[in-house]
Amino acid sequence: MFQNFMINAFETAAIVAVVAGVVGFFTVLRGAAFPAHAIPNGAFAGAAGASLLGISTLVGLGVFALGGAAMIASLGRRERVDVAAALTLALLLGLGDLFLSRSNEYASEVFSLLFGEILGVASYEILPTAVLGLLCIVVIVALYRPLLLSSIAPDVAEARGVNTRLMNLAFLGVLALTTTMAVPVVGAFLIFSLLIGPPAAALAITDRPLRAMALSSLIALVTVWMAIAVSYSTNLPVGFFVGCFSGIAYAAGRWWSMRKDVAQSPRRRRLS
Amino acid sequence: MDGSTQALTGFLSNQPVQTALAVSAITALVSAAVGVFAVIRGQSFAGHAFSGIGAAGGSGAVLVGVQPLVGFVTINVAAAGAMEMIGLRGARGRNLATGIVLGVALGLSALFLALDTAYTSRSGTTVSILFGSLFTVQPSLLPTVAVIGVIVAGLIAALYRPLLLTSVSRDLAAVRGVPIRLVGIGYVVALALAVSLSAVTIGAILSTALLVGPAATVLHVTRRTSTALALAAVLGVAACWIGILVSYASASWSTDARGWPVSFCIVAVVFIFYLSTSYGSRLGRRPRSPHPAHDVSPRPD
Repeated sequence: MFQNFMINAFETAAIVAVVAGVVGFFTVLRGAAFPAHAIPNGAFAGAAGASLLGISTLVGLGVFALGGAAMIASLGRRERVDVAAALTLALLLGLGDLFLSRSNEYASEVFSLLFGEILGVASYEILPTAVLGLLCIVVIVALYRPLLLSSIAPDVAEARGVNTRLMNLAFLGVLALTTTMAVPVVGAFLIFSLLIGPPAAALAITDRPLRAMALSSLIALVTVWMAIAVSYSTNLPVGFFVGCFSGIAYAAGRWWSMRKDVAQSPRRRRLS
Repeated sequence: MDGSTQALTGFLSNQPVQTALAVSAITALVSAAVGVFAVIRGQSFAGHAFSGIGAAGGSGAVLVGVQPLVGFVTINVAAAGAMEMIGLRGARGRNLATGIVLGVALGLSALFLALDTAYTSRSGTTVSILFGSLFTVQPSLLPTVAVIGVIVAGLIAALYRPLLLTSVSRDLAAVRGVPIRLVGIGYVVALALAVSLSAVTIGAILSTALLVGPAATVLHVTRRTSTALALAAVLGVAACWIGILVSYASASWSTDARGWPVSFCIVAVVFIFYLSTSYGSRLGRRPRSPHPAHDVSPRPD
């Protein structure tokens, strides 16, 4: 199980899991599950466009992810965020359809961008993943307090002079960076599962932000490492096990919080 | 007969075009009816998620050798139940529940597609489910499409008044003795059926575009739900037909003899409609509020 390509897979998965755990914490807190699905899914159109123009896939993904984030933020000023995300996703995928129709052999690449091919990660892909992951963490650390406040209590944040609109844009920007980092290595579907399941489980267990973030990264890491190991021995796709284990983690988190709520009354309100 | 009339006659007598016009009209009508409530209730994410979840059911159905549509409908109704069981309230909670179910379903579709490989090209299946193509819809599918369309329309008609009341004010509905939970479940089932129908016939992109686009567009112009339903239906059908016409015509002006894909053309028209009302409409220019999501826009009529 520990040949070179497996080591690459475990390393890349660790970076993606830790970043997804942290970014996912804010995603769940802000109720931004749809943008977290729409940006990675829509960004693959950028990859299709990049292959038409003959430029790097990573550049195409990055441009479309950031463009999608900006569009969700700007439409979100007058719409509910889910409507903004739905329109953005439809437009990006429509463009993807157009790009794909201009090129001939792309179907298999679409498949790998959606479902990922983590067991096929090459050594040279680890550095860009690490750099983009680090960038996400740096932005989150720099904006930590205002971002957290605007996620939990937008009214209070506004009253204290936090620019909630800017925070929203910054958060969606981080989501776009996470997408650019993760889609080439783990695929759009898998990064979405990691952005939702583990953080939701962590937030069911604890209210404290730092603890929840650490726990969410840990759950994501365990989920994805176990998924790779089980996938290796059963020869079934990694994405299937990541989906299952994230779902199980969330169910376990809910069970834990229900048990604790029964044990200690009066009941405390949870963040999610 | 001049050139353009001749071209139009050619367009209308083309068999795939006829099927595309009919199927797209039915799905656009159904999507518009369900979509207005999805936008008002903040359930657009669930509406989109059903297309992805349904795709898992579709590939599972291929595996056991039944109609993909059966797989779409079965898994979506099950998923609707699972979202309800997670039981998180409010728009944020519902989005989270949707996200969790969708995450698991995407995993399942990875599994089914891997197991399907023996029978079909998995990448081809993914691409066709995602993008769809109206021009390749089988005419034999038309009766099934019509039947499901009628069922969804019936559900929405039956739920219309209580659904409207619970969408606008839960408290008022509760006071009036409306069974809020039951109405919510009924609506989600209608949504699941409508999206199964559109995703399996016209693809996931168009399914989401036709569900949310026309509804969001008309809710900029009117807040009367009955007007919104009628306008959204008209816009949805118009977008489909214009898109089909453009895509059909594009084959003759496109340089490499490959037309523009029909899904792209329809999405582009939907988006142009949306932009035309979103800038400049009176209702669109709301006073700035830090929480547009809490702003209940429609009014019962």
